Amino acid sequence: MILGTIFESGISVQFYIVLSTILFAIGVIGVIVRRNAIIVLMSIELMLNSVNLLLVAFSTYFGQGDAQIFVFFIMVVAAAEATIGLSILVLLYRNNRSVDIELFNKLKG
Amino acid sequence: MSGIEILAIVLGGLTVGSALMVVASPHPVRSVLFLILTFFLITGNYVLMNAQFLAIVNIIVYTGAVMVLFLFVLMFLNLSKDNEPRSSMKMKVAATVAGGALMIVIIAALKDVIMLPIDLPVDNQQGLVENLGMLLFTKYVLPFEVSSILFISAMVGAVLLAKREKQIID
Repeated sequence: MILGTIFESGISVQFYIVLSTILFAIGVIGVIVRRNAIIVLMSIELMLNSVNLLLVAFSTYFGQGDAQIFVFFIMVVAAAEATIGLSILVLLYRNNRSVDIELFNKLKG
Repeated sequence: MSGIEILAIVLGGLTVGSALMVVASPHPVRSVLFLILTFFLITGNYVLMNAQFLAIVNIIVYTGAVMVLFLFVLMFLNLSKDNEPRSSMKMKVAATVAGGALMIVIIAALKDVIMLPIDLPVDNQQGLVENLGMLLFTKYVLPFEVSSILFISAMVGAVLLAKREKQIID
């Protein structure tokens, strides 16, 4: 199988470290910059995916399947988190007619 | 440079580009569509690393379920470009500097990590369904079952939260 030997074809695991770090930083920037709460949730999904990418890269590099099981569980948790987060946002929109993230400042009381 | 190397670099560049568009695009629906594109490109990376089970699950769970949910809520709430809340320029610059600094610190810390050469023969068939299934249903069978409790509590929570308040009071 040629595809399994990507790390023998010149691509080092450092390439995937840099790639997933860049994706994680973009997710962090998205969480801070955007004020639409749905986009903030999407940026969190992006950060989770960058971690998944790194886990898969190391799993392939060391030939151990355990990290891929962890990626599977991260996907499970992310799906549950997305449903709960979106239903909270629908609730927020119903009360305020907006999904501005600043509205959560009201929780300070 | 071999063909597979060029493919990996092009895929990585496209992934970063479309992830940037998710954050930068002013229209929320366009942002969701770029995130779907990003997930497809990450799936391409998984295929390149021979993680075929995760590639399929990524498409089904993320682009098939989670992003459709996002798109549905976005269209349900009817958010358009006009009522999209904007953050100030100062905030944008501060966020970019903070995120860039985080990226530089992590890359600088990990750049010089010495990867010890692996002695044991690397099995590149680990990402196939058969091997992952063996692992999932033997070593990780308890977390697998516990995740079903997580799912059912998430489902009950989502239904309860999205219900009309009037009906809860009655």
